[in-house]
Amino acid sequence: MSTMLHATLSSGAALAAPLDKIQAPSVGYVVLLPVFIVLGAALLGILVEAVVPRTERFVVQTSLTVLALIGAVVAVACLHGKTTTTPSPKAGSGISFIGSMAFDKTGWFLQGTILALAIVAALLMAERSVDVGGPIVAQASLVVGSPEDRRLSQTTRVQTEIFPLMLFAVAGMLVFTVSNNLILMFVALEVLSLPLYLMAGLARRRRLLSQEAAVKYFLLGAFASAFFLYGLALLYGYADSVDLPEIAKAAQNSDRSDALLFIGLALLLVGLLFKAGIAPFHSWTPDVYQGAPTPVTAFMAACTKVAAFGGILRVLYVAFHNTQNDWRPIVWAVAIASMVVGAVFGLTQTDVKRILAYSSIAHAGFILVGLVALDDEGISSVLFYLLTYGFTTLAAFGLLMMVRDSDGEATHLSQWSGLAKKSPLVAITMTVLLMSMAGIPLTSGFTGKFYVFRAAYHVAGPLVVIALVCSAIAAFFYLRIIVLMFFAEPPENAPTIAVPGWATTMALTLGVVITIFLGLFPQPIIDLAGKAAHLTA
Amino acid sequence: MTTASTISAVSADFPTHGHNVTLLILVLLPLVGSLVVFALREEQGRLAKQISLGVSLVVLVYAVVLLFGFDTGSHAKRMQYFGSWPWIKDFGVHLAFGVDGIAIVLLFMSVVLVPAVILASWNALDSKAGAEEADPAVKNKSVKNYFALLLLLEFFMIGVFTAADVFLFYVFFEAMLVPMYFIIGSFGGPRRQYAAMKFFLYSLIGGLLMLASVIGVYVSSGTGSFAIGDLVGHVPQGATGKWLFLGFFIAFAIKAPLVPFHTWLPDAGAEAPAGGAALLVGVLDKVGTFGFLRYCLPLFPSASRTFSMTIMILSVIGILYAAFLAIGQRDMKRLVAYTSVAHFGFIGIGIFAFTSQGGSGAVLYMVNHGFSTGALFIVVGLLIARGKSRNVDDYGGAAKVTPILGGLFLLTGLSALALPGMSTFISEFLVLVGTFTRHKGLAILATTGIILAAIYVLYLYQRTFQGTVSEKVKKFRDVNPREILAVAPLLALIVFLGVYPKPILDVINPAVKATLVDVHKQDPTPVYGTADGARK
Repeated sequence: MSTMLHATLSSGAALAAPLDKIQAPSVGYVVLLPVFIVLGAALLGILVEAVVPRTERFVVQTSLTVLALIGAVVAVACLHGKTTTTPSPKAGSGISFIGSMAFDKTGWFLQGTILALAIVAALLMAERSVDVGGPIVAQASLVVGSPEDRRLSQTTRVQTEIFPLMLFAVAGMLVFTVSNNLILMFVALEVLSLPLYLMAGLARRRRLLSQEAAVKYFLLGAFASAFFLYGLALLYGYADSVDLPEIAKAAQNSDRSDALLFIGLALLLVGLLFKAGIAPFHSWTPDVYQGAPTPVTAFMAACTKVAAFGGILRVLYVAFHNTQNDWRPIVWAVAIASMVVGAVFGLTQTDVKRILAYSSIAHAGFILVGLVALDDEGISSVLFYLLTYGFTTLAAFGLLMMVRDSDGEATHLSQWSGLAKKSPLVAITMTVLLMSMAGIPLTSGFTGKFYVFRAAYHVAGPLVVIALVCSAIAAFFYLRIIVLMFFAEPPENAPTIAVPGWATTMALTLGVVITIFLGLFPQPIIDLAGKAAHLTA
Repeated sequence: MTTASTISAVSADFPTHGHNVTLLILVLLPLVGSLVVFALREEQGRLAKQISLGVSLVVLVYAVVLLFGFDTGSHAKRMQYFGSWPWIKDFGVHLAFGVDGIAIVLLFMSVVLVPAVILASWNALDSKAGAEEADPAVKNKSVKNYFALLLLLEFFMIGVFTAADVFLFYVFFEAMLVPMYFIIGSFGGPRRQYAAMKFFLYSLIGGLLMLASVIGVYVSSGTGSFAIGDLVGHVPQGATGKWLFLGFFIAFAIKAPLVPFHTWLPDAGAEAPAGGAALLVGVLDKVGTFGFLRYCLPLFPSASRTFSMTIMILSVIGILYAAFLAIGQRDMKRLVAYTSVAHFGFIGIGIFAFTSQGGSGAVLYMVNHGFSTGALFIVVGLLIARGKSRNVDDYGGAAKVTPILGGLFLLTGLSALALPGMSTFISEFLVLVGTFTRHKGLAILATTGIILAAIYVLYLYQRTFQGTVSEKVKKFRDVNPREILAVAPLLALIVFLGVYPKPILDVINPAVKATLVDVHKQDPTPVYGTADGARK
């Protein structure tokens, strides 16, 4: 921002001389290709809603979404060489939008991860074989329980606007993870959050619960965004700039009191930690995860977490690297709080979706442990964990969609008793995923945990021990589900196992294969994450 | 046997490079067999059993060939058949396999037990003659899954004993819990869910503590590798060493089990199917004591010395406490599980007495206990299959109706109480002599455990096989050839090794001496008397 001001002023001063070429600000459109693809598809999706007849809308929207995401992944794969370290007149050609975006290696990795996870989530959203019309509501604006609502819920009609909403959210996430500038980060945060608030309310079954979840998410999220903005304002007051590198410089050189800096950071972190679902800002997670339609929950659990941690990584490592001794205790405290809350509160839950929600809070705590390490290994361990955890979570929620009774999904634990007798395949798949979340060796979850703990051990030995203890506690409720599935008797009105369509089957297979593969042969992805551990300073 | 001046010429170092694939093949054989059996259909139960038996016999023959090929000469390498390949380069993890004298005899014991268990469990899941206590709630047990799980368990067992990389060892150590958990939980007795959960969580918590120590060892050694050859000698001793030792120790103490970490074993042993219980107690528990010898002692010599007295006291308490509990048990499988806890006390004092007799005795004890208690569980399982009850009071006078079963039971029981002529006597004697040279009081206390063992074994035999014949017992049928075939080889080995233990001891002794070198301890100098009574 300030650089643009300078450019304008200097060009203004040069007007006295014979007309020089006006210095165009460097925007770097090429590296923004993935974002443009996704945004373009989202806008096209809105047009589709207006133009395409209702009967064809669903197929067109889903194909558009999936193709756009695949296109974006291909674009990331082709462009990831253009990073901030490639030479150019300015600091690097990876710097785009006049320095407000930094496409470094970590940013590319995060974008690739978000897009890959979003493809799987979109496939889950497109699933219509397990229920009439699928998991998304027929028409969201209808009053719950009205005759029209009841009539439409029996048809295959779907509120297909969810797909462009999802693409907008993905676009926001893509920008969020590479923004080098706090105001851009805030804009991206809003772009990614607002569609999510809407998507949480679009469940076909138990609509009231879903709408309640949406309102809760919106209210709490609005507060969190406000905190973020306030923190941003304070940081601008301290550093005279909203660029992350400038803030870092200001923190290093300043003789002023650091109170403004740290209060600003604290408020900023409130907003970021809320998005990531970290205690003590986690209270929205169980309710929203439970109420939202399951594919949307999967999307939130996977992609939003990646984006949120990308933002936290960037803020802490780039802007506040020099002041780490001051904020490290805070990260310790919230990491311990998350792990303990997730592990202990998960023990008493009786709803599978809520169990997975608390487990995601605990996992967020584990990822924070890796973040404490503050070196390249810390970054690469966090990236690896996000990738593996995202795929495992997507597959777990996808499996949830298949266990149904007359009311919709059968998510109460008692309904999962004896599932292995009905469908050994579902039970074994769920067991593999749960063991990965518990951190049993030979699964990707174990490799991720090991990587994170090893990175953190030098600087945070006690934190690693606490993390291991919380893993042991959390293992109990994962185990309880496995015990129930295999060793208990089915209840009287046992749920049925719906046969999924090809989209969900593909999504589940991918999730499970990655979970097992990265447990046995993690080296290639570890290499990838290791090379990606480079944030622009 | 040995004097202070004899230091083994065996090289005390663990290797770091090698390309011998023998052990890799041995490890993979049961895995392949297990996957094949898993892939069968439910109706092919008979084929599943035949394939499992075949695979386990092939593995047995292979392992025996390796055992005979093991070099026991005075200049033999400590770790043989060594092969190492990089697995996860960034973590410094290798796929490394190798066996020393201790590992190969335990390996031999495991691969002998598995076919015996398969033979004994042949009809255990059929609802007719062979099934265990019929829990009407558990219907339609999957035969092929049970045998596939047994083979999968064998894969992990062999992996644990042959792993020469600490990370790989940890992976096998933890992964071993999964098939055992399903064996207990799916095919066990009425309280199987509780027992399976307790077993898994206890072992998992121990495993997580060990993981903390594994990471700590890796980080503090600074070698960037998990291969045992790279780590020995590079781990800092002192306060860090003590904490890291405790992490490993607690995990192994839970597995062993050492009092007071033993409470999972009686439940798991009682609820598991007899074949599963035989493997649980025969092999899985040995992993704990093997871990002491292979990881605690070489990596943390000074911490081992510091804690040795405490550990020995806990072991002696275990011997006496568990023996008393066994005497009072009415549930037969629980009784055998408690005897196991008592026996592990002996192994514990043998290891931590730091004498070569004690160490060799302890390793031999592990092998013998595997055969003896494994056979005992199998025989108890045969009895329970006939009486459909685990309670001792439901039996009586069975020796008149099933004399051969009675004979097998008596022989197995006598081996459990270490009758001279059985291999268990040799090992118990060695352990006690080895302990006595250093800690007289503890050895004396431990010896009373032998008397207690006699009480609980003979009491058990008397109540079930002697006395008046009860109505139920009159209908028992005696053992058929298959059941004899399951137990007889184990008994034959017990008797053979009781008369001629030299071959096994030749393999064990060099490895034990090398371990003593690792701990920087020597055998105490024996005191010689002279003809006129003066002391030298």
